[in-house]
Amino acid sequence: MAQLTMVKAINDALRVELSQDENTLIFGEDVGVNGGVFRVTENLQKEFGEDRVFDTPLAESGIGGLAVGLGSQGFRPIAEIQFIGFIFEAMDSILVQAPRLRYRSGGRYNCPVTFRAPFGAGVKSPELHSDSLEGLITQTPGIKVVCPSNPYDAKGLLISAIRDNDPVFFMEHLKLYFSIKGEVPDGEYTVPIGKANVVKEGKDVSIFTYGAMVHTSLKAAEAAEKEGISVEVIDLRTLSPLDMDTVVASIEKTNRAIVVQEAPKQAGIAGELIAQINEKAIFHLEAPVLRVTGPSTVLGFPLIEEEWVPSPDRVKKAIQKVMSY
Amino acid sequence: MARTKQKAQSLLESEIKVAPITTFSVLSPEGKVVNEDEVPNLSDEQLQELMKRMVFTRVWDQRATGLARQGRLGFYAPVAGQEGTMIGSQYALDKEDFILPGYRDIPQLHFHGYPMYQAFLWSRGHQHGGQIPEGVNVLLPQIIIGAQYVQASGVAMALKKRNTKNIVITYTGDGGSSQGDFYEAMNFAGVYKLPVVFVVQNNRYAISTPVTKQTAASSLAQKGLAAGIPSIQVDGMDVLAVYQAVSKAKERAAAGEGPTLIEALNYRIGPHSMSGDDPTRYRTKEEPTEWEQKEPLTRFRKYLEGKKLWTEEMETGVIEEAKKTVADEIKKADQYPKMKMVDLIDSMYETTPPHLEEQKAEYAD
Repeated sequence: MAQLTMVKAINDALRVELSQDENTLIFGEDVGVNGGVFRVTENLQKEFGEDRVFDTPLAESGIGGLAVGLGSQGFRPIAEIQFIGFIFEAMDSILVQAPRLRYRSGGRYNCPVTFRAPFGAGVKSPELHSDSLEGLITQTPGIKVVCPSNPYDAKGLLISAIRDNDPVFFMEHLKLYFSIKGEVPDGEYTVPIGKANVVKEGKDVSIFTYGAMVHTSLKAAEAAEKEGISVEVIDLRTLSPLDMDTVVASIEKTNRAIVVQEAPKQAGIAGELIAQINEKAIFHLEAPVLRVTGPSTVLGFPLIEEEWVPSPDRVKKAIQKVMSY
Repeated sequence: MARTKQKAQSLLESEIKVAPITTFSVLSPEGKVVNEDEVPNLSDEQLQELMKRMVFTRVWDQRATGLARQGRLGFYAPVAGQEGTMIGSQYALDKEDFILPGYRDIPQLHFHGYPMYQAFLWSRGHQHGGQIPEGVNVLLPQIIIGAQYVQASGVAMALKKRNTKNIVITYTGDGGSSQGDFYEAMNFAGVYKLPVVFVVQNNRYAISTPVTKQTAASSLAQKGLAAGIPSIQVDGMDVLAVYQAVSKAKERAAAGEGPTLIEALNYRIGPHSMSGDDPTRYRTKEEPTEWEQKEPLTRFRKYLEGKKLWTEEMETGVIEEAKKTVADEIKKADQYPKMKMVDLIDSMYETTPPHLEEQKAEYAD
């Protein structure tokens, strides 16, 4: 098994799917000759030809429409949106056309498109390159949202996303692209969409999180353990639909919960998760469910980015607080 | 050496100018052939079929606007005045070609095989309206203006990758030509040489906004030039001109020569939709009457009568047939089982996820 970065793991997933299904296509801005601005699609055009891996004009709505049109005809388009902030130009395709095709046609058509985009703060990129916009997408029925935290999950989840017969938005955290390595099996394997992962078991408090915040939460958990608090860390992995079985099982065990997200506090994943915890597990709780999030502001790029993004210390403070009830 | 004056152009001379466009037509408003070389090669039966379809569509439209007034349809966008473009363009297609319509383009879908009762159900928002029968190559009527254009490039790329000789035709209006998607789609199709015929039905109004407030361009056809694709303006009330233009564009597309933009000049005689639009707020009473002089049915009828190919009996026959068909089809729509919440929920994903199964339980009988 190879030790791979997230970028290499995603590249590997794309290669596996291009090899095993001739209906898969990769396109986007600079994904061909250049191999993507982060080299996620490195060498794929060379290996699979310009017919399968190709550059598009610089127009995200055009990319989205191309994906929906191809998807309606049985292709499996993997469309890259170069940076998360550029999805706004393609919102009609991502949040309207792709998610509604199955419903609108009463099942006659479906849209097996995977939209991929890098997001997330911590690498000091320009404005609208690193926001956390998953909350916008998860508000829409008909599209699934996946966000891996490590190379193994990234490859397995991306393969699942590409094979899914419904549209999937695949979120790749910029800070994780090159900063962590992990064991990634060769060839094909899948990680199921809709299943969370218990990253670290614990018995006093559960942290539910995803993406880069998994690592932040693990650091906080480690620090808390030194103070005698046993923390369970759960990586949600799929943000829509949420794996509430795993969430509820964890709360039944720990009776205390914190949700950690990088995105601004208002609405979003943490808000939704807490609402569902309220519906399904409130009698197992001994303390209010806390949130550690970015502030309800635009991202403070790049000068105060580090301060803006939730730190292990802020998560640890929340652990102490939730234990104080 | 002294600098010579003659070589360099002035800034003004360097400016790009679009020459005045000549609208392509075959028949005059009086039904006389004005373009002998471009009369399409159609048999007498085919010419009669074009007329039958236009008359049928006019009657269907009249009945549908009536049904809409009675509250028996949902959203309905009248088509009177645009039959020349709608019928002529669809008639140029093969069964395997794909149509990506806007919400007004229901007649093209119907003549491509989409059952009328389903169009009525679609109008009411019933999901079965969208269940296009297998083998009928159309996507659903688009609500978002221009979205069908960008998807047309995707469908066309699919046809091209599968090495078919088929093409995609997509429709929008003068308002749609202001959307970014309009340009993005033509630009993509141009770059990849995709088999698409982009039709823009310039019916003069986007709800109330006249085309003069839509663009400073002297034609919508010239917008294709920026994308580097062949572009033409046709008299959209001349069914033969539309048929001819679309046939040629289809031939080019099928031969791998890429997309074409066709601006069809027509006029929406009725309101934008049956949802409360009052055209007297934005146009004079006389205006529709003036346009009716050029309208597609009268013109083509005169042409056919001149060739002894059309009689009053034929016209009456089609009118009766259309009335009966509409009555039968609306009955069929009325009798179709009602939509259910559980079916709606199950149509969101291939496999209904747990949170939706839970919500479904709240609506179970």
